[in-house]
Amino acid sequence: MAELAADQHVRYIVTVEKKKDSFESLVMEHIRLNGAYWGLTTLDLLHKLHAVDAAEVVDWIMSCYHPESGGFAGNVGHDPHVLYTLSAVQVLCLFDRLDVLDVDKVAGYVAGLQNEDGSFSGDIWGEVDTRFSYIALCTLSLLHRLHKIDVRKAVDFVVSCKNMDGGFGAMPGGESHAGQIFCCVGALAITGSLHHIDRDLLGWWLCERQCKDGGLNGRPEKLADVCYSWWVLSSLIMIDRVHWIDKEKLTKFILNCQDKENGGISDRPDNAVDIYHTYFGVAGLSLMEYPGVKPMDPAYALPLDVVNRIFLKN
Amino acid sequence: MHGRPRRPAKPEDEEASSAKAAKLRELQAEVLRNHHARTYTKEAIGLSFKLLEINPEAYTAWNYRKLAFQHNVKELSDPEAIKSTVDDELRMVEVALRQNPKSYGAWYHRKWLLNQKLTPVDFKRELGLLDKLLKVDARNFHGWNYRRFLARFMGVPDEEELKYTMDKIRDNFSNYSAWHNRSILLSNLLIQQTKGFESKQKIFSEEFDLVTQALFTDPSDQSGWFYHLWLLAQTSTPDNPQLIASWPCNGAKFSSSLVKEKVERDKPIWSRTVPVVLYFNEPVKGVNQSSVNLKSDLEFDKDFNWRPLSMTNSGYSNCWATYLQIANECSSSQQYSVELSIPCSDDIVSRSGSNYNFPVLFTFTIELISNDTSQDTDLFDKPVAWDCSESFQSHGNRDPIPFDLLNNTTALVQEDTNWHFEKLSEEIDLFRELSDDDSKFVKLTLARLLLACAATKSRGRSLVERKGYCEEALRLFIDLIPLDPSHKQYYEDERSIVLIDKLTCDMETFMKHCSVQVQQNLAPLNHVKLCRLSLTRVGFAERLLWVQVLDLSHNSLRSVEGLEALQQLVLLNISNNQISSFTALEPLTKLISLKVLNLSFNKIGDHSIDKTRYICSSPFSHKVEACEAFEVCQKENINVEEYWDAILFFKSLKLAQLDIKGNAVASKENLKTLVMTIIPCLKWFNGERVN
Repeated sequence: MAELAADQHVRYIVTVEKKKDSFESLVMEHIRLNGAYWGLTTLDLLHKLHAVDAAEVVDWIMSCYHPESGGFAGNVGHDPHVLYTLSAVQVLCLFDRLDVLDVDKVAGYVAGLQNEDGSFSGDIWGEVDTRFSYIALCTLSLLHRLHKIDVRKAVDFVVSCKNMDGGFGAMPGGESHAGQIFCCVGALAITGSLHHIDRDLLGWWLCERQCKDGGLNGRPEKLADVCYSWWVLSSLIMIDRVHWIDKEKLTKFILNCQDKENGGISDRPDNAVDIYHTYFGVAGLSLMEYPGVKPMDPAYALPLDVVNRIFLKN
Repeated sequence: MHGRPRRPAKPEDEEASSAKAAKLRELQAEVLRNHHARTYTKEAIGLSFKLLEINPEAYTAWNYRKLAFQHNVKELSDPEAIKSTVDDELRMVEVALRQNPKSYGAWYHRKWLLNQKLTPVDFKRELGLLDKLLKVDARNFHGWNYRRFLARFMGVPDEEELKYTMDKIRDNFSNYSAWHNRSILLSNLLIQQTKGFESKQKIFSEEFDLVTQALFTDPSDQSGWFYHLWLLAQTSTPDNPQLIASWPCNGAKFSSSLVKEKVERDKPIWSRTVPVVLYFNEPVKGVNQSSVNLKSDLEFDKDFNWRPLSMTNSGYSNCWATYLQIANECSSSQQYSVELSIPCSDDIVSRSGSNYNFPVLFTFTIELISNDTSQDTDLFDKPVAWDCSESFQSHGNRDPIPFDLLNNTTALVQEDTNWHFEKLSEEIDLFRELSDDDSKFVKLTLARLLLACAATKSRGRSLVERKGYCEEALRLFIDLIPLDPSHKQYYEDERSIVLIDKLTCDMETFMKHCSVQVQQNLAPLNHVKLCRLSLTRVGFAERLLWVQVLDLSHNSLRSVEGLEALQQLVLLNISNNQISSFTALEPLTKLISLKVLNLSFNKIGDHSIDKTRYICSSPFSHKVEACEAFEVCQKENINVEEYWDAILFFKSLKLAQLDIKGNAVASKENLKTLVMTIIPCLKWFNGERVN
């Protein structure tokens, strides 16, 4: 079987970070904070977080901070949004540097976006999505500030997005989608509410995401894509049904999507690599206990040792 | 980056790309500058148009346009001018969707605009746009979400939208998005009892016909099968919760030995805790002192509570228990009868909100014996050996096992059970004809139909039929493994439950696994042995409520969920299984009588990923916070980050004997210290005397 080209991936991540001027980087410029989370978490999973200068990263993260609102933008000069606020908090967790935050201000920003029905808006403009419910719960939990919101209502909203197939959509009535399912299962896991899930029903839908080529897709009758290795596997682990898929075939699929020469992982074999799929590929391998890769926590999407440190050290 | 081939960049590409990049960089910088300076001129807005045309994901540019729109529309009073401003934004969205039909920012911009309600919405235009997009990609979930948004906005009745899903399904049976929307709409229509949707039976019969047609057209397509699975669940779920088992059961007579607890004013006080367990067919809440009546001539502490026996803190559980604290100054044997009744109740409700309406009443007798010699302190002075077969007696000469657990639901056959059964039988016939084909879905669906049918057969002579359904389903699961090897362990899990059903559903078969075990210094114990059956998980715990010794060794158990209901259990052997973490054992922490636990030769400590980390109670899910036991262990130099799961597990157990050898975790030095620190009453650890 092919092997994980760990050194090449590390090199790819470190160089991609410096290539800010290509068209591809510019199109993604507004989500650079997400990119930082993907790249740095991958480095940590590969035991190479020290390849970057922590102080420099933390400084840059803080330059995306909006002190008036308490939220983070995707990059310097952009508007704050919960999507980037979670990434900022996660990266600071990786470096054990939550001390640079005004925790109550950041928690206040997230908590302030909860709506009357328990849902969360992504920012002041009011778009509602279960992705934002997960982000809010995950951020607040990492900051030990869940008490700032109405957790019961938040859970009820997520549950109201549950479908006939046991999965979840972006809003009530929305079709099940593996990414969305990760968010909802994660939200319920973090709040100790997994009893709302029919684990056998959802487990069956999720394990049916495995395609003939071994990869996982995000919805029925769609093509496999490396990113679902994370969304589907983490959900299956949280509901204790991950043994229902063939891990060996999936491992092969992910390894076949590597650019072994230049590093990086793509969505499907022989496609162009990017940092997003590199992260999801390595994270998927981590969830399958691939040798040499640190174990991940399936709910907080951070290395296990980081999460254990946050919740078990007083 | 999706679907872009990997290839080395050619020099001419790079040149073109860097020219494009320079233009984009400039645009992005200018739009941000205008955003910060709050410049909302026509020219500035035009730049944001150009940017979003190239990159619809630039979210700050959408925010900028919203601000500019609010700023500019404020100054307008002429309806035509307002309409033209709104139109500009609608066009912007359309241009962006052309570049990326799945742009979250673009779709939300349109919803936001409509919600401003500044001009009448041209629904024809909206539906036209949707039609165009769904024609290109019939599964675009943004499009479907927008359609649901529009339908609500316009007040389109659900029946109309239901027709639309039918059109889409007719276009292409494989449209999962359409089937999904259909399930949502039908559920709403049935709940609201809309005209034409009053009869669940009629609607589901029609839906079965519709989906079967789709399935037979293309049996390899997943879409219809998930819909069929939903219909099956709707057809086989009982409408109201029912009590299906209890311990003690109706008519039971059992003896319980009192233990001399203390001496007060020269008089010894004898006491005993007697658990009473109720088991429902689905999780319910609201079991309490007012919804369940307990009457007895026995003296017990009236201040008792019913507690859900489940791993969750949801308030719902299949299984409820209370613990009667009996204290007695008298040591002579006496008999007491206990009457328990559950009337129809609005307190006891299922998750779906249906209330309990099958009243039951049953009685049992407790004989209290006091036994000076058998005090807890003297027990387990020798380790329990699991393999000494001579200590087993056949069950034949003892009181019959309380098998027909309640004897009281016989008369209460639900009115529509017949319809359920007939519909399921029809479907079974249909799929039996097809099951010779090597279609995994046909076989799997047939197995599921058979099991749904089996579930309707729970009493008296129909148990023979139940066994027949189980056997046929078992054969199908065995066929499915080579047919669909990727899902091997799914089929094994399903098979395990059916196998337990088959082995325990009638007395004759079940008795082969039952015996009475005699252990030194203990009263004879009811023993069930289900070994070497390749079981991967446990089911039908309601049939095991009376079991005191359970041997599940030499299976492939990954989970012990369900065992929490066995409040009589004293000895449990789950050695030689596939248990991979302490968190997977959390159900055992609910067993108040458990004294001897054999976990040898499992996989605890083998894996870096814990699959039950979020099923169990932990600080990560905020179900428990760091506890005193953590501090105690820290004092013993035990690393809490490494052993939190072991600490949380052992702290709830009052074991006398633990065997854990043959697990990776057992080779760690600290484990013995940890166990002995947290379980001070432990006498035997891996066969060695401790304390």
